Amino acid sequence: MGLKVDDSMRKLELHNINKIYKTNKGNVIPVKDISLEVDEGEFLTLLGPSGCGKSTMLRLIAGLEQPTHGKVIINGRDVTHVRPGDRNIAMVFQSYALYPHMTVYDNMAASLKLHKVPSDQIRSLVQEVANKLGLENLMERKPSQLSGGQRQRVALGRALVRQPAVFLLDEPLSNLDALLREQVRADLKQLFVAQKAPVVYVTHDQTEAMTLSTKIAVLCDGKLQQLDTPQGIYNQPANQFVASFVGSPQMNLLTLHCQGNYALLGQVKIPLPNLPQVPPQIVLGIRPEDVALAQPEDKHRIEGRIYLVENLGMHNLISVRVKGSDSLSIRALLPNNLTWETEEVTLAISPQLIHWFDSETWVRLGSL
Amino acid sequence: MTSLPNSSSPQAKTKQINIIKLIILPLGIILLVIFCLAPLLWQFLTSLKVNQDISSLPNIYFPTRYTLDHYINLFTSRPLVHYIFNSAFVSIASTLLCLGIGTPAAYALARLTLRGEKIILAGIIIISLFPFILIFLGLLELIQILKLGNNYISLIISYTAINIPLTLLVMRSFFKQLPRELEDAAKIDGYSTWQMLIQILLPLTVPALVTTGILTFIFAWNEFILSLTFISQESMKTLPVAAAQLSGSLGKEIPYGAIAAMTVIGTFPLVVLVMFFQGKIVQGLTSGAVKG
Repeated sequence: MGLKVDDSMRKLELHNINKIYKTNKGNVIPVKDISLEVDEGEFLTLLGPSGCGKSTMLRLIAGLEQPTHGKVIINGRDVTHVRPGDRNIAMVFQSYALYPHMTVYDNMAASLKLHKVPSDQIRSLVQEVANKLGLENLMERKPSQLSGGQRQRVALGRALVRQPAVFLLDEPLSNLDALLREQVRADLKQLFVAQKAPVVYVTHDQTEAMTLSTKIAVLCDGKLQQLDTPQGIYNQPANQFVASFVGSPQMNLLTLHCQGNYALLGQVKIPLPNLPQVPPQIVLGIRPEDVALAQPEDKHRIEGRIYLVENLGMHNLISVRVKGSDSLSIRALLPNNLTWETEEVTLAISPQLIHWFDSETWVRLGSL
Repeated sequence: MTSLPNSSSPQAKTKQINIIKLIILPLGIILLVIFCLAPLLWQFLTSLKVNQDISSLPNIYFPTRYTLDHYINLFTSRPLVHYIFNSAFVSIASTLLCLGIGTPAAYALARLTLRGEKIILAGIIIISLFPFILIFLGLLELIQILKLGNNYISLIISYTAINIPLTLLVMRSFFKQLPRELEDAAKIDGYSTWQMLIQILLPLTVPALVTTGILTFIFAWNEFILSLTFISQESMKTLPVAAAQLSGSLGKEIPYGAIAAMTVIGTFPLVVLVMFFQGKIVQGLTSGAVKG
C-alpha cells in the first residue's frame, strides 16, 4: 500500500543540498550546501526572512524541485529522484491549495484513493481525522463554503489522513487573522506532539518558530546560520544575523570602539570577553529586556536621554540616546508599572547578558 | 462657529441616493435594454408580418396579422437545412480545434519559463490586432494553391487561426491566476501529470473554456467574407452568405420578410447557446476577481 511506515526508523536527512538557478544575469543560489537531519518526533522550523531559501528547501524535500547537488533521504531511502507522489510525504500549503471542485471529504480522501487504499479503510481514516479536527459536519461542503480557519483545518486534515513519513508545512498560519493564528498554533503543537513523523515547518514568524519547534534552523541567503533548540537560538545566537532576527523587540546591536580590554559605550567602559586578539571595533548585543533602570549598586551605568516611548501593553519600550555619543542609542524594555521622573535616565546592563560579535564577520565572539 | 445644515447633510444624501436607486437606475437599464434589443425585436416582428404590412407607410410597428410564410418559404425554396448544418459544422469544428490547440499552448505559456516568451506573446497580440481583412488576400491565394476551395477545411483552418490568439490570451490569463500550489498539492498527493490535468485542472477550467468557446463559436457562426469567397457551391454555403444572397435572388423587390426570418434563424442558436451557458460565462469572465 505504500502509505504505512515502518515504525522503527522515521527520519529525514538532507546531505549537502544545493540548488542553483541559471538566469541571464548569472546564477541564483537559493540553497547553498545545507545538511541536516530531522529525527522521529522532532519538529524542525526553517526560519528566515523572505528570500532566504526556506521555501525552496521545503520544495526540494517535497520533490517539487530537484536539487542541483546533494541527496534527500527519507527513512533511509534515497528519494532524491523519486516523484513527489511516491515519497510518502504530506504538505500543507500557505494558500491551503484545496481542490476547489471537490468536497472536504474528497479533498481528504484524494491521495488515499490514488494509492489504492480500500474504500472502507479510507472512510474510517478520514472520519478519524475529521473528528480530531472538528470537521465532521463539513464533509460535504466545498472549500468555497468554508471560512479561512476551516480551510486551514481541511488542509491539515488532508495531510494527517495520509500518515506520511514526513510532514512539510509551508507557512500554514500566515493567512489567518492574529487571534485565530494563536489558537491554531496551540492546536498544531498538540497535534504534532501526539504523532511521531518528523515535521519540517517553514515560517518567517519567530514566535511560531519559538513556540512550536524542538529545533530551529535559521537561514539567510541560502545558508544555514544556526541549527539549535529554540533556547539555544535565543540565548546563544551564533552570529549577528541570528541575534537581530530572533527576538522581539530586536536586540540592541551597537558597534563600539575597543580600548585595551574594554569596549567604549559613550563614557562607559565595558569589559570584553576573553579574546585572542582585541579588534579595533566590536559589536555589542544586548536584548532590550536585559536592559534595566540602574540601581545604586549597578556597576555599568549608562546615562542617556529618552527620545521615544512605545507602549506595548505589558511593557514600555524606551529608546535612549547615550550621553556623549549621539550616534548610539539603546532600547530598553521596562515593565509598565515602572516610572521615571525625567527624560534623563541611567540604564544598567550586566556583562554576562551581553553578546559579542565580530564587526566584520558577524560571528559570535568569546564564550559566556 | 457651528456648521449649518446644508444640502449635503446625511438625510439629503440618502434621499438623493434613493432617487438614483429607485428611478434613474432602472430607467437607464430599461432604456439600454430597449436600445440594444429593439433592432432584434424589429427583425423578429418583420419576419412575422405579411408583405403588405412590411412595406406599408406609415410603418406598422406591431402587426395585427401574423404569418409564418417567410419561414416556410425559406425552408421550401432553399437548402436552408444545409446552410444551418454547414454553419454549425464549421463553427463547432473550428471552436473545438481552437480550444484543443490553444489551451495546452496557453498552459505552457502560463507555466513554463520559456526563452522569448515575451516575443511570442507580443507576436500573438500584434497578430490579433490585425484587421483580418488584411490577411484575406493572402489566405485566398493559399486556398487556391492548396485547392481547398469549396471545402469545409478552408474555413475551419482559417477560423481556427484567426481565433487562436484570443483563446491563447484568455486561457493564459486564466491559468496564470490558478494557484500553482494547487498543482503542487496534486503532485504530492500522487496525481500523475495526466490525472492532474484531467481530474484537477480541467474541472476548474470549464468556465474559461466555455467563455472562450462561445466567443470563437460566435465569430465563426457570423463570419461572412471568407465564407463568401472560399465557398461557391450552393449546398456548402453558410448562413450569413445565404442570408446576404437572398436580397439579390428573388426579383427586384428586396425580400425584407425573408431576410428577417433568416436573421432570426441565424441568431436563435446563439441566443440559446448563451442562455444555456450564462452562469458559466459570468463565472469565466469574473474568475480570479474573488480569491477562492
